[in-house]
Amino acid sequence: MSYLAKPKVHHPSLKPNALGLTRRDYEGALSTLCAGCGHDSITAAIIHAFWELDIEPYKVAKLSGIGCSSKTPAYFLREAHGFNSVHGRMPSIATGAGAANRELIMIGVSGDGDSLSIGLGQLCHAIRRNVNLLYILENNGVYGLTKGQFSASADFGSTSKKGEVNEMTPIDGVTLALNLGATFVARSFSGDKEQLIPILQAGLQHNGFAFVEVISPCVTFNDHEGSTKSYSYTREHMIEVVEADFVPIRSEITTQYEPGSVKRVQMHDGGMVNLRKVAEDYDPTDRDKAYAYIRNCQSEGEVATGLLYIDENGKDMVEQNDVVDAALTNLPYSDLCPGSEALAKLQLRFR
Amino acid sequence: MVNMRRTDTNNPDYYHKVVDCQWACPAHTNVPEYIRLIAQGRFDDAYIVNRESNVFPGILGRTCDRPCEPACRRTRVDGKPVAICRLKRVAADHKSDIKDRIPKAPAKKNGKKIALVGAGPSSLTVANDLMPLGYDVTIYEKGPRPGGLMRINIPAFRLPEEVLDEEIGYIVDMGVTMKYDTPVNSLKELLDTKEYDAVFVGSGAPKGKELVLPGRYDTDQVFIGIEWLESIHFGHIDSVGKRVLIIGVGNTAMDCCRSAKRLGATEVKVIARKTRKYFKASPWELEDAEEENVEILENLSPVQFVVENGKLVGMEFDKFTSQEVDGKLIQEPAGRITIPCDSVILAIGQENAFPWIERNIGLDFDPKWDMPVVDKDTFMSTREGVFFGGDAAFGPANIIWAVEQGHQAAISIHKYCIGESLSDRPPRGQTLASTKMGLHEWSYSNYFDPASRQKMVHVDLPVRFSKMTIEVEKGFTEEQTALEVQRCLNCDIETHFTDSLCIECDACIDICPVDCLTLTENGEEADLRTRLTAPALNMEQALFVSSELKQTGRVMVKDENICIHCGLCAERCPTYAWDMRKFALHLPYAGRPAPVETVAQVAQVTS
Ligand SMILES: Cc1cc2nc3c(=O)[nH]c(=O)nc-3n(C[C@H](O)[C@H](O)[C@H](O)COP(=O)(O)OP(=O)(O)OC[C@H]3O[C@@H](n4cnc5c(N)ncnc54)[C@H](O)[C@@H]3O)c2cc1C
Ligand SMILES: Cc1ncc(C[n+]2csc(CCOP(=O)(O)OP(=O)(O)O)c2C)c(N)n1
Ligand code: SF4
Ligand code: SF4
Ligand code: SF4
Ligand SMILES: [Mg+2]
Repeated sequence: MSYLAKPKVHHPSLKPNALGLTRRDYEGALSTLCAGCGHDSITAAIIHAFWELDIEPYKVAKLSGIGCSSKTPAYFLREAHGFNSVHGRMPSIATGAGAANRELIMIGVSGDGDSLSIGLGQLCHAIRRNVNLLYILENNGVYGLTKGQFSASADFGSTSKKGEVNEMTPIDGVTLALNLGATFVARSFSGDKEQLIPILQAGLQHNGFAFVEVISPCVTFNDHEGSTKSYSYTREHMIEVVEADFVPIRSEITTQYEPGSVKRVQMHDGGMVNLRKVAEDYDPTDRDKAYAYIRNCQSEGEVATGLLYIDENGKDMVEQNDVVDAALTNLPYSDLCPGSEALAKLQLRFR
Repeated sequence: MVNMRRTDTNNPDYYHKVVDCQWACPAHTNVPEYIRLIAQGRFDDAYIVNRESNVFPGILGRTCDRPCEPACRRTRVDGKPVAICRLKRVAADHKSDIKDRIPKAPAKKNGKKIALVGAGPSSLTVANDLMPLGYDVTIYEKGPRPGGLMRINIPAFRLPEEVLDEEIGYIVDMGVTMKYDTPVNSLKELLDTKEYDAVFVGSGAPKGKELVLPGRYDTDQVFIGIEWLESIHFGHIDSVGKRVLIIGVGNTAMDCCRSAKRLGATEVKVIARKTRKYFKASPWELEDAEEENVEILENLSPVQFVVENGKLVGMEFDKFTSQEVDGKLIQEPAGRITIPCDSVILAIGQENAFPWIERNIGLDFDPKWDMPVVDKDTFMSTREGVFFGGDAAFGPANIIWAVEQGHQAAISIHKYCIGESLSDRPPRGQTLASTKMGLHEWSYSNYFDPASRQKMVHVDLPVRFSKMTIEVEKGFTEEQTALEVQRCLNCDIETHFTDSLCIECDACIDICPVDCLTLTENGEEADLRTRLTAPALNMEQALFVSSELKQTGRVMVKDENICIHCGLCAERCPTYAWDMRKFALHLPYAGRPAPVETVAQVAQVTS
């Protein structure tokens, strides 16, 4: 962290987006995280993703739980709505917010502790309900905020900063999400913005729950030798199995691919994702094969990254529940609360 | 494809170039250091830092051509440079008695005698540098007082006499033998006395250019600018016609038009051949003249002086239209015009004249320009032991160049006298010291202050026109100074990178407010410049490139162009790979070589 706020001055070539906003307009408060924390880098990627997609900050809701990772929504999109919930309870807040206002663009930021320990049940049900939300799990293998205890994602046999060995098997967010039927599953690394930014953009345009795990080293408690979530370990062990290139609606497709090497997926909210397989026999549209492949990587000690699974045909929570097209917040009070007569009629159905 | 090599930050030139002002200053004045000292109220120290390199801080703080300001990084950040020059004046005006800190001549002389011709800034600098080494220095000056054009041509309303007297006094009082009213009429005679071990010629470029057109000699109301200013200085001229035309739009023209106003002229017009963009005068000089209601007319070329019955009544000009095509000025004739006037001042340039230097003494003159052949590094002529500097060496320039050439000539004269090779120029050195004081504390103010450039307050028009000697500029107030010093971006506090420490976490890149930093694959410079966080289009500004980093083999690249030296990269770096280090450039002077060893004082890194 620093004491000095990032000065307002900027480079003369700083570009505005279609809304006339620069990247700097998507920043938030000064980060209080440790210098070099992976989470800050993800924040920078989020800022870039929103800026490039020309999203108006006031249309966005930022949601989080508790943890260093959960603090980060304060550091981007200062003009967006936000809710910092109780530890592990962000999915409930997102569910409620999404039900009340289906037009909100929701981004949730959580940690491996927040998501995989105290909030595991919450996460599972949000996936099951397919809440329309970009869910970012910033995975550093520890409870950073409470000074570096092993989290549920810590690998078996990895060691803490003081040398303790972790004897429990990890919960892997990616295979968990695949298992629970998530329609968008990705993994990336805070130190690789080229990969991360298009994934975040695709996740924002996905209809339904977009699960993005980002390995995000904790420089203070988990960047030592013996850690499997450090900068150097991640760089040595990550393999990119699919390369995702997000093409926003307005831009023309400029990248040239060899015929047959690319799968195109039209995103629900606009834009197109080009998926280029890096691994030969990988298919990001086949859940079972993807699952098997990722498990296999895991047992080989490799960390599979990329946009690992995508299905744009799923129904999200509001569609499943036949919610009216308009945001509930925009309905006139008389429609929202039609009175005792209507209630009595409704109750009749349950008699 | 040739990858860029690891930037050699041990070469003092690299960081020196980052300090744009210091690099642009002919004498390499340590600008950010003196500005910080002013900010701390340490005016004496600020003055001494200045004096070390530019010798005349009070004079230059009012008159310098200030090549540092157009170079200032602040211009690229918010459009206006730091008022570097006028801050120099703040140090000079507010210092206490600093006589004790001026170098002194030793009691015991070294036995060598040097003659200097002319008492302008170049000769005075040579004396300043040689006196403390024990030389016996004699200055021959044609006029009655020292200072050269600084005294007789720069009007007192820009440069008060007291300031000249004080700063010249510091040098003369070291014990220089001053021979006033003693022109050197024959260099051969001076050399033939064999009295001197070396001779320095600092006689300036004393001749104003003539404009011989019909009518020129039919009136006594046409004057040559620098002679006219000199006559005003000596009190030989104290009036001028009501309507005055100044021909030419350089520095001399600006002093002429403003002097005319003070001699009672009511209508003063400056005549320019080209358009404003091509004027030789600096923008601030033009502003100051226009503030005094001087009119500047473009696209006019003189044809003749119109004299009726022996009286100058006007001047005739060819008119032009101007347009710029592909960056070139194209001018087309557009008829003629006669502008009525009572006096004309010619300010179309200066020439060198050396009638007192014989052409058969082994001192070669360039046949084309009739200028002495002078070595650009050593400042020695083709006659051994005879050196040149200032306007006499390469034609009219300015005070700060005269000073720098004086320093270089003094180095040569000293080397010559002790039998060292002149072409072996003494190297510069540097010191780099960490400014880290704590986790978020630096020994400089790293806050970016958005204040805009302070405007100099001027004396009211009627008051300033009442007398020739009323200084127009009031100098910065305390409040203005406090704001202006904070505009300095501390470009000498360098972002120093230690390759082996970087873990490529991106923290520095993400925090940099002005997008200076990038981690990317190495490449050719031209290609690399296009692949950065913000494209590096200012080719005059260097790229710093690290060696290949251990985790990914990429390189850290920094475009120096817009860096505001806020230190946030170093604050965010978890490993101290970036540190903010204060760069001090060590310059060599006569008899005082610079400590050249790079001394890196690094903050203790604990983990
Ligand atoms: C009108 C005007 C305004 C200017 N304004 C500025 C300004 O604002 N800022 C700036 O930086 N520069 C300015 N300059 C330029 C600056 O004054 C000169 O570049 C500078 O003074 C040159 O210094 P010098 O030591 O080479 O010689 P000079 O200052 O020219 O001094 C030469 C000295 O040598 C003496 N001399 C000449 N021949 C002999 C001889 N044979 N024997 C003995 N003595 C001799 C002369 O009397 C004179 O005193 C201005 C020039 C003019 C004409
Ligand atoms: C109900 C509750 N239980 C425990 C805590 C203590 N606590 C705060 S943050 C945290 C873990 C955060 O870990 P993670 O989500 O991985 O975030 P990180 O700091 O690593 O980014 C815990 C257990 C709490 N704040 N609230
Ligand atoms: S403790 Fe770890 S996770 Fe928390 S801010 Fe510091 S580096 Fe980041
Ligand atoms: S000091 Fe560092 S953070 Fe600040 S502008 Fe320069 S490179 Fe950027
Ligand atoms: S913050 Fe430090 S360690 Fe991180 S990338 Fe920058 S220089 Fe390297
Ligand atoms: Mg964690």
